[in-house]
Amino acid sequence: MRRGSTGLSLVSSLAMVFLYGPIFVLVLYSFNAAHLSMAWRGTTLKWYAALWHDEALLAATENSLLIAVISTIGATLLGGLMALGMERMPLRRQQIIEGGLVLPLVIPEVMMGVALMLLFVMLKMPLGLTTVMLGHIVFNIPLVTIMIRTRLRKLDPALREAAADLGANSWQVFRHVTLPLLRPAIWGAVLVAFTVSLDDFLVTFFTAGPGATTLPLKVYSMIKSGVTPEINALSALLLVMSMASVALALHLQRREV
Amino acid sequence: MSSHDLSSSPAPARSSCRSCWLAAPGLLWMGLFFLAPLALVFAISFASRGTYGGIVWELTSANYLDLWHPLYGKILGQSLWYATLTTAICFVLGFPLAYVIARSPARWQPVLLLLVMLPFWTNFLVRTYAWMILLRQDGLANSLLIALGVVDAPLELLYTPTAVVIGLVYGYLPFMVLPLYVAVERLDPLLVEAAWDLYASRWAVFTRVVIPLTMPGIVGGSVLVFIPSLGSFITPDLLGGARSMMIGNLIQHEYLVVRDWPLGSAVSFVLMAIVMAAVALYYRHAARTTGPLEGR
Amino acid sequence: MATSSTPPFTVSGLSLSSTPPTIDIRGIVRRHGAVTAVDRVSFQVRRGEFFSILGPSGAGKTSVLRMLAGFEDPDEGDLLIDGRSMFGVPPNRRPVNLVFQSYALFPHLTVLENVAFGLKMRRVSPTLIEEQVRQALTMVKLLGKEGRMPNQLSGGEQQRVALARALVNKPAVVLLDEPLAALDQQLRQAMQVELKSIQEQAGLTCVCVTHHQEEAMMMSDRIAVMHQGRMWQVGSPREVYERPCSLFVSRFLGVSNELPGTIGPWVGEDRVFRPTDADQMPLTVRTVSTEPAGRSATLSLRPEQIHMAQERPSTSDPVLAGRIEKVLFAGSDTKYLVRVGRDRFWETRMVSGTSLPSFAAGDPVFLYWSRADARLFFE
Repeated sequence: MRRGSTGLSLVSSLAMVFLYGPIFVLVLYSFNAAHLSMAWRGTTLKWYAALWHDEALLAATENSLLIAVISTIGATLLGGLMALGMERMPLRRQQIIEGGLVLPLVIPEVMMGVALMLLFVMLKMPLGLTTVMLGHIVFNIPLVTIMIRTRLRKLDPALREAAADLGANSWQVFRHVTLPLLRPAIWGAVLVAFTVSLDDFLVTFFTAGPGATTLPLKVYSMIKSGVTPEINALSALLLVMSMASVALALHLQRREV
Repeated sequence: MSSHDLSSSPAPARSSCRSCWLAAPGLLWMGLFFLAPLALVFAISFASRGTYGGIVWELTSANYLDLWHPLYGKILGQSLWYATLTTAICFVLGFPLAYVIARSPARWQPVLLLLVMLPFWTNFLVRTYAWMILLRQDGLANSLLIALGVVDAPLELLYTPTAVVIGLVYGYLPFMVLPLYVAVERLDPLLVEAAWDLYASRWAVFTRVVIPLTMPGIVGGSVLVFIPSLGSFITPDLLGGARSMMIGNLIQHEYLVVRDWPLGSAVSFVLMAIVMAAVALYYRHAARTTGPLEGR
Repeated sequence: MATSSTPPFTVSGLSLSSTPPTIDIRGIVRRHGAVTAVDRVSFQVRRGEFFSILGPSGAGKTSVLRMLAGFEDPDEGDLLIDGRSMFGVPPNRRPVNLVFQSYALFPHLTVLENVAFGLKMRRVSPTLIEEQVRQALTMVKLLGKEGRMPNQLSGGEQQRVALARALVNKPAVVLLDEPLAALDQQLRQAMQVELKSIQEQAGLTCVCVTHHQEEAMMMSDRIAVMHQGRMWQVGSPREVYERPCSLFVSRFLGVSNELPGTIGPWVGEDRVFRPTDADQMPLTVRTVSTEPAGRSATLSLRPEQIHMAQERPSTSDPVLAGRIEKVLFAGSDTKYLVRVGRDRFWETRMVSGTSLPSFAAGDPVFLYWSRADARLFFE
């Protein structure tokens, strides 16, 4: 297909521009001194400075981080244990659970949001930070379980047999062989869960009460009340944050032996 | 057998699996906070709405019958249309991209794939917002079009169906590229050359060899794009106007604005049914095509 | 074929020494679903012995090894190590250590940590661990590579680490699963010699599973031939090679030149053998067999037992006429493919570089052998 390769390259280059152009423009305009127009009026960092003095924004950041930390810990524990527990189950049961775990990943997030909201309302639980955390753990468990399970399956079973053969009991096998070999996958799962929780809008939107504004909720309400350079700056910061955590996650995956 | 079965079968199957209990807390959690809420939504979709927005537990199918109202039909129809269009555009953009990546030098492939996936890992809200900047009245898109002399006055781009589809394509293009890449990567280049050698035109090579052999990737990518597009909320909410509402917005509207929970639940279940049908289609296709060429 | 329902079973070399056998396996059976992987297998291994289980893939030999290691338990029968039944004893409580085919070195641990693993699990004191690990690494000639990670080692070095990791624990038995299968031909031959000398030096009792006949014969004190879940013959390498008890064993351990026919009457110490092929004259065979005359049998010879001549030799030993079909020069020796019947070819060998008459394809030849060398197999 050599003759067609120029056409293919052209379309792929366009696709790449399409993927990165908007992000680039967004970051660029976060440094634009002009307040309302799109015309370039010189570079400035004042919008970033303005973010720093926005009390509500800082509170939202704090909420977001708290939710992300707690839900990541919860999901990593529950999901990690689930991956380990599933290993020895009959194959049929493993397949059923695996199918069930895909469900939260494919059903529309709006639906997950309203379903959780209904549950909490029915249980008469006041919507707030707690309900958001409970919800975030729900969508993070499948991610963690699948990531750790993938790694577990790639482990040579002979390694654990070798440890048992060398006198290790089942706890020692886990402690000295399984866990160290899973470590990169666990850290990868932690980062993914943390990022997904930090970025989540919809489930949070439905399960957060008035007091529990998170960063994405704050960004949403700012966007709804009009485009401002502060949002550009905040968005640029969020982009950098996500990209950094992805880079870290990939770095950890690469170190997998 | 003798060589590898020593390391392939798990430890002796004891009658009771103690380590299996480790899965219990997670399963319990998913049952309580995922399956139970879904069941609740399902139950409520057959209940009636109270005068002030509450729920009256009276078994009725009225909510599903209400969905036949032209207004809802229109929203459902245009959601399907936008999602289909998005899937098609993603395929047209994504296939060349996947092909180029899969045929580039091996050490570049992970880097290129990462470049495609990276935007996906950034905040969806922020990425959608970026298009608001580009598409608004005095945005970059309009400035560019005027500067190039394509139009005289700025176009109405934001808050249109076009903006919604652009936003959806932007959001879900990586989902199309990844499975397509896997499929193209598995396609033996010699097969393409063999077809060419056997007098196939380039178009014939594409339609008779490349497309059939990458079908699993095409189906996979399409399902992965179609599902989130159909259920999207943020994109139509920020980029669309009142007339380009999608199912996701309708659900949110019924729940939070109108406070008609039973109707909102019914809409949710219709959406879920469509999604599940798409997933089932995908799995059936995957099961059927795991032949000698794709099997691993 | 020789794969009849009950294999002729012979055991030899079971001496009546006073010490109990290190391994005593009594009629173990292991089923995987409907398949019987191991079918009533019994054997004993003495202290300090190198015992190989040889067989084609799927013979069930790996199952035997896994049962010795404790990853599986037999469905029937019992398995004793140092006189103690191992039934239900988990792998970590058995006095055996396994060298895995894939080596199964822990990729996150250094060479030193890999070798020390077993001692650490048994909470041996750190000073003792260091001393014993050093000893083990000296034995496998890996001193100075303690700090390396497994993926920084060559295949041969990884193999040595796996060996050191097992023998540092001073197990009653070292189990070897296709120990040299992952190495290339040259390294494999070097390691055969080295593995054998380490075993002798350390006085290890080894049970080795392999499908490689030459490897088994070179390293083992005794070989057990396994096929279709059963043990067909146990004996010294020389015994199983020269006196195989069945056609299967004969074929599996080397080239078996065969001639079908029927057994005839006694002629003094010998018996007459009539080849089915009408062209061939009756032959004489020295045998202890008491099968009735008229019974069909297959005669088998190793290539190196056969002599070749251009003229019919004047001998009372059996002679078979044939025609050279192909001459295959293989370096140290030359192989001849000789047609001895319509669709029957025999392989003979001659050492290269001798001043023996040279044969060319198409030449008529006479094959002869000592009447005591030929083996008869009855179906």
